[in-house]
Amino acid sequence: MTARTAFWTTLTDPLIRQNPVTLQILGICSALAVTTSLATALTMSVSLTVVLTLAAGVISLIRRHIPDTIRLIVQIVIVASLVIVIDQILQAYFAQISRALSVYVGLITTNCLVLGRTEAYARYHPPLPSMVDAFGNGLGYSLVLIIIGAIRELFGRGQLFGHQVLPLADAGGWFTPLSLMLLAPSAFFLLGGLVWAVRSVRPEQVEAPEFAPPPRPEAAE
Amino acid sequence: MAETDWNPWRRLLALPNESRAKTIIVAFLVSAVCAVLVSGATVILRPIQTANRAAEEQARISDLVRGIPGMSTLLDASGGTLSTVVIDLGTGRAAQGVTAETLQVALADQANWTPLSAGQDIAGLAQRPNYAQIFLLREGDEISLVLLPVTGQGYGGRFDAMLALHGDMNTIAGIAITQHAETPGLGGRIEDPSWQESFPGTLVRDDSGEVRFKVARGDATTEYEVDGITGATRTGTGFTRMMQFWLGPDGYGPLLDAIARGGF
Repeated sequence: MTARTAFWTTLTDPLIRQNPVTLQILGICSALAVTTSLATALTMSVSLTVVLTLAAGVISLIRRHIPDTIRLIVQIVIVASLVIVIDQILQAYFAQISRALSVYVGLITTNCLVLGRTEAYARYHPPLPSMVDAFGNGLGYSLVLIIIGAIRELFGRGQLFGHQVLPLADAGGWFTPLSLMLLAPSAFFLLGGLVWAVRSVRPEQVEAPEFAPPPRPEAAE
Repeated sequence: MAETDWNPWRRLLALPNESRAKTIIVAFLVSAVCAVLVSGATVILRPIQTANRAAEEQARISDLVRGIPGMSTLLDASGGTLSTVVIDLGTGRAAQGVTAETLQVALADQANWTPLSAGQDIAGLAQRPNYAQIFLLREGDEISLVLLPVTGQGYGGRFDAMLALHGDMNTIAGIAITQHAETPGLGGRIEDPSWQESFPGTLVRDDSGEVRFKVARGDATTEYEVDGITGATRTGTGFTRMMQFWLGPDGYGPLLDAIARGGF
């Protein structure tokens, strides 16, 4: 019973409470780049979750035999191989989406999130909890990507998954697309807004200010 | 268990992690397993990827053909199928030893390009490939339609187009612009279907074989002209020159003559 709760916490914690993107601000480069549409965001999320889970499993399996001196290299080699395999599969079966994602699938290798989880968790825990933790973190990342992707596609094109949801003004509807949503800066705004929203609901995530502003000089009397 | 374990695998695992031998062996094993994984995935999935790319190319071409105004009705009416041929531009005949699959490889070799002298180089291309992939629509023995890829120099850079000619090799059936960098709203209007609609029915060469096609300044006045685009004189001139080059003796001229004689 306790084991099950422990798994459940490991799995659900990274969704909001320990979300890797909004709390730790990890892996945001790809989060910003691939969220122009929901389909690419979803593919990227699935790819990252699969890579992360498998990498955590493999690394955790050999964790007792990874020499400390070369542990980062070993981890990166494993992650990179998994990424290449995923990329090949995408190119074979999802050619269209693979082109839209272009280089970002390959860049999963350098996603801080993957290395962060394998380095911080999988190296010290048995395979099953490691994979649960990795899967949870993958879901947390996916959640953010899907929210941002949905907002950007909905307001940038009036579509969701390529289906017209809001009738466009050009085609006789009432909705004028907000082109800003399709540009990179909008992802920053949305991510910033999301972080603010999460931290407003959960004030414990707010970081302590690193500097106190200098006291304001009192007006001379 | 004081005696030595002779199983090399267990001895390896029992080594301290920091020992040099274990470091090297672990590194080697991990790389070997990963190499097998990556190579395996690449080799197994390659045929599917190649098929994908081929299908994509085919879809692009048929989209292109359908995109030429009036072309889909023409294709549906004839019921013929479009065939792909790589031709040798020098002789105007089907190329020997180069197929649609190997064309890209062949064109990567500089030996398969012909430099153009200043007099020949009407379209401003500097060089011309020796091979080109064209598309033919056959009805029985007759060629009823031919699609020719052409390239010209516009105001903003190169533009690529697909020109469709009827079976007499002299009447334009349509045109599609595949790629361009002209100013949006001015030269960029070469993409507009409204402009492309003026192409079908226009003649390209007169009886003496000289290319007479022209983008007019203003409205078309002869049967060899199409309407000009206001504010895009250089784009229009580039277009005229492109047609004069590609339909002339250094372009598809020999091919068009061969088809018109029925010798293709």
